[in-house]
Amino acid sequence: MIKNFWENLTINQKLAITAWVFLAIPIIFYVTIRFYPTYEAFYVSFMKWNLLGAKKYIGFKNYIRIYNDEDFWIVLWNTIKYAIIGVPVSLLISFTVAYYLNEIKFGHQTIRAFYFIPFLTTAIAMAWVWRWFYQPMPIGYFNIMLSWVGIPQQPFLKSIEQGLYAIMAPAVWAGLGFQIVIFIAGIRAIPKSHFEAAEIDGAGRIQILKEIILPALKPTTIFLVVISTIGFLRIFDQVYSMSEDSAGGPLNATKPLVLMIYEYAFDMYKLGRASALTVILFLLLFTVSILQLWFMRKQK
Amino acid sequence: MKKIKLFLFSIFGSIFILSSIVSNAVEIEYWQYTYKARVEAVDKLIANFEKANPGITIKHTNFPYADYRKKVAIAISSGDGPDLVQLYYGWLNDYRDSGLIQPLPKDAFSHSKIESDFFKMVSSMKVDGEYWGLPTAVRSLALFYNNDLLKEAGLSGPPETLDDLVDYAKKLTKRDASGNMIQEGLAFDGGIGQTHHFWREVLVRHYGGQPYSDDGQKITYNNDAGVKALTYLTDFEKTHKTTSNGFMNRGQDGFAAGKVGLYIDGSFRISKFVKAEGLNFSISELPGHNGTRYNFSSFWANALSSKAKGEKKEAAAKFLAYLTSDEAMQIWLDTVGELPAKPSVALVDANKQHELYGPFIRGLDYATATTFISEKPQRQSVVDAYDMVVLQGMSPKDALAKVAKKEQELLDDFFGN
Amino acid sequence: MVHAETEMTDNNQIIEKLEELNPKKIIIWTIVFLGSIVMVTPIIFMVSMSFKTGQEVYLFSLFPEKATIKNYIFVLTESKFIYWGLNSLWVATFSTLSVLFFDSLVGYTLAKYSFRGREIIFVAILSTLMIPTEMLIIPWYMMSREFGWIDTYWGIAFPGLMTGFGTFLMRQFFMSLPDELIEAARIDGWSEFAIWWKIAMPLVVPALSALAIFHFLGNWTAFLWPLIIINDPDMYTIPVGLASFNGEYEMNWEIVMTASCLATIPTLFVFIILQKYIIKGIMLAGLKG
Repeated sequence: MIKNFWENLTINQKLAITAWVFLAIPIIFYVTIRFYPTYEAFYVSFMKWNLLGAKKYIGFKNYIRIYNDEDFWIVLWNTIKYAIIGVPVSLLISFTVAYYLNEIKFGHQTIRAFYFIPFLTTAIAMAWVWRWFYQPMPIGYFNIMLSWVGIPQQPFLKSIEQGLYAIMAPAVWAGLGFQIVIFIAGIRAIPKSHFEAAEIDGAGRIQILKEIILPALKPTTIFLVVISTIGFLRIFDQVYSMSEDSAGGPLNATKPLVLMIYEYAFDMYKLGRASALTVILFLLLFTVSILQLWFMRKQK
Repeated sequence: MKKIKLFLFSIFGSIFILSSIVSNAVEIEYWQYTYKARVEAVDKLIANFEKANPGITIKHTNFPYADYRKKVAIAISSGDGPDLVQLYYGWLNDYRDSGLIQPLPKDAFSHSKIESDFFKMVSSMKVDGEYWGLPTAVRSLALFYNNDLLKEAGLSGPPETLDDLVDYAKKLTKRDASGNMIQEGLAFDGGIGQTHHFWREVLVRHYGGQPYSDDGQKITYNNDAGVKALTYLTDFEKTHKTTSNGFMNRGQDGFAAGKVGLYIDGSFRISKFVKAEGLNFSISELPGHNGTRYNFSSFWANALSSKAKGEKKEAAAKFLAYLTSDEAMQIWLDTVGELPAKPSVALVDANKQHELYGPFIRGLDYATATTFISEKPQRQSVVDAYDMVVLQGMSPKDALAKVAKKEQELLDDFFGN
Repeated sequence: MVHAETEMTDNNQIIEKLEELNPKKIIIWTIVFLGSIVMVTPIIFMVSMSFKTGQEVYLFSLFPEKATIKNYIFVLTESKFIYWGLNSLWVATFSTLSVLFFDSLVGYTLAKYSFRGREIIFVAILSTLMIPTEMLIIPWYMMSREFGWIDTYWGIAFPGLMTGFGTFLMRQFFMSLPDELIEAARIDGWSEFAIWWKIAMPLVVPALSALAIFHFLGNWTAFLWPLIIINDPDMYTIPVGLASFNGEYEMNWEIVMTASCLATIPTLFVFIILQKYIIKGIMLAGLKG
């Protein structure tokens, strides 16, 4: 019977069934391990809950309080700043490095490993080293170097204006190795035949870059743009380890949304407020990612 | 036949008796954060206790400090975790409000006895007519000073008053030719560490105020006293330029490296400075003002978690009684270096005149402990006020008004006003 | 090194042929090289700090005045570092194998099959990247308690057995494979599973290697979840163990640096082993699209 049923299907139907068979176990996994807890977070965002007692329904009160909280708007803007500056800067650097590194033969492996090593080390140790770089004289290396060229000392992490960028720098630094490797893997995946064809046509370097490499890298680029944007909008480790007292200061100038969520959940046990912030972060990430995917697909 | 029956009977009988003994052994769990000396001290106390109480075994678990709170909250709220738990006194209201802990049974811990035996700041553990925890040890603040740097600046003896403190700090500050600080007179970490306590419980009181109303529901520092206290604190960085937030990373690092003249901190810092090579330091009581002295005291308390019930609760209460006994306090002082929580143990002459602990122990006499609703955001309001004045150039009055408004909202939220 | 050079793909040689006599090359090499030095500078400081004494660590000189291996002896003897390393290794390896299998299977399905609901499944899986772990640990913990997974390897590993990140990465790489290849195999009578496993998978080895590195590292440095699910110090992973060196008011930075250096050694090995496969690239020599 089953065999009969199977044989009566069109090829497309067979393929669709195969696809669902392949997806069966993952779907069970995602529903239980990911979607269910996510649903929980959405649900709790309408509750007042302090982790132990009963959850109490309070409607949109958590959202209203967030809306009226001026710190939230500072934090939201910080989060966006991390992404709109961090993503283009890091992708531009990593593509440039990947493109040229791909051509380098002498010491290629070593140099690539150097770019990748920051990604291999623990974030907390690195955050500490960067903190030391930013110290005032007489121990901070950046300030010592500035003094050599006669530029006055800069406060870096202690400053409302510079703090965010001072924390963004190590975040970009730590992620470069990842992006470079993905770009190189993408460049290497371009079929040789494409280059041969270009060679026959006598295409120049810029032409090859524009007409072969960049179009072929589109899936890679989409991936990196979306993943890096998500990464920067979810920035946490660097701020947590580098800002004084892990507070995202001075005066909230470096605090991103995830840190605010963390504080509400684990410093104040206001799970309802933390969940509502999670929903907001989710909607932000979701909208941005979908827009990016949609926009980049259109742009053929 | 009869013999066999008897034999079997006796075997079953003894198994029954044995098993009833085994099931009588109650196991309870004790949690604290990981710190070598504290872990050793608790292990020692457990060994003593188990010897005296053969029916009770105690499982001691510890977790990294930075994440201890999370761990406790998630475990207890899911019905896991410790029966007896150590918590920083400033977390009491968080924990209580979240239902993580339960009040101490009155029959085993009589209120009048607690109030007569312990230092008065332990009363901050009393909320809604119940005691929620008791400490083995307490802490207070004192002034660390670098003898070599004082000598070099021609100063002898520690500063005795708040005015002296400014004067000393100025004399101890050094800059290089281009004006960069190379030696810091007095280190504050911009509100973090112990500085916010120093401001709240010492400076505000010196200028005639008090940080919170007696019931802890209202902020009372947003007035002249608070402004004067904040002005005094921020002037070190803004006006006297004897202080630079972030110099040598933190005050404690600068002091350990011999680049900081004066530094205020708790007794738990002693071990770090003792280990620092080439550092010649002394400790004195905090400077006074107009002939009075104030100090801030804090402690870690032991509390019964809401999970402990029935015989586990009884066993946990028994162990808690031992943890707060005179014997335990002396063991704690000898192993960890924290001050006994009872005057009868702390204020003996040998302790009061101790070269290192003495100033701290003398400070306990006039120390108060802030009643926090939630320590971290309340600490943050002092840090923010400091930054507003120093980084944004706001007047201390405006800065204080701004953070007071926000902190009052936090209190109102908590007390349901 | 010479051996590795010969493994580099042919397209490189073609690019090279195009501009053999370009004098810019030396300048480019120098800039890329200097950049790489900038990248490793903080790492060098980390290594240098691990050889300093507790007090000297606060004097930020590149070379320790009195280099000591005391910190290494301390970490290796006073703590259960070896245990933690083995725990981390086991969890990270297991979880990486799972991710390589499932993420590429799902990624392939989403890239190469067309069926109703495909976009929704993709977006749904992608959306799992948008919830911070901090908000998931409470439901996960409750779940683990229910099933008795606390203090087990499985408990540490289960949330990461499939990832939106890996699925997305593999989908993108499978998308750039020519469909003709799969069609041809179908006509030859290959089973769908065999097409994926024997034809498609070998062609994305660079992406798989990259995914393996990232996932392994992510697991190796994961902190929050292992901390919550593990009570027994013998079961700690390296990052959780590292955190236990720090007290209430102090950080033993020289110890953190030492342990970080030690923790980086295995990940460096994994990278060195796997990076070869990234270099190899895809050999599509026979296929002219």
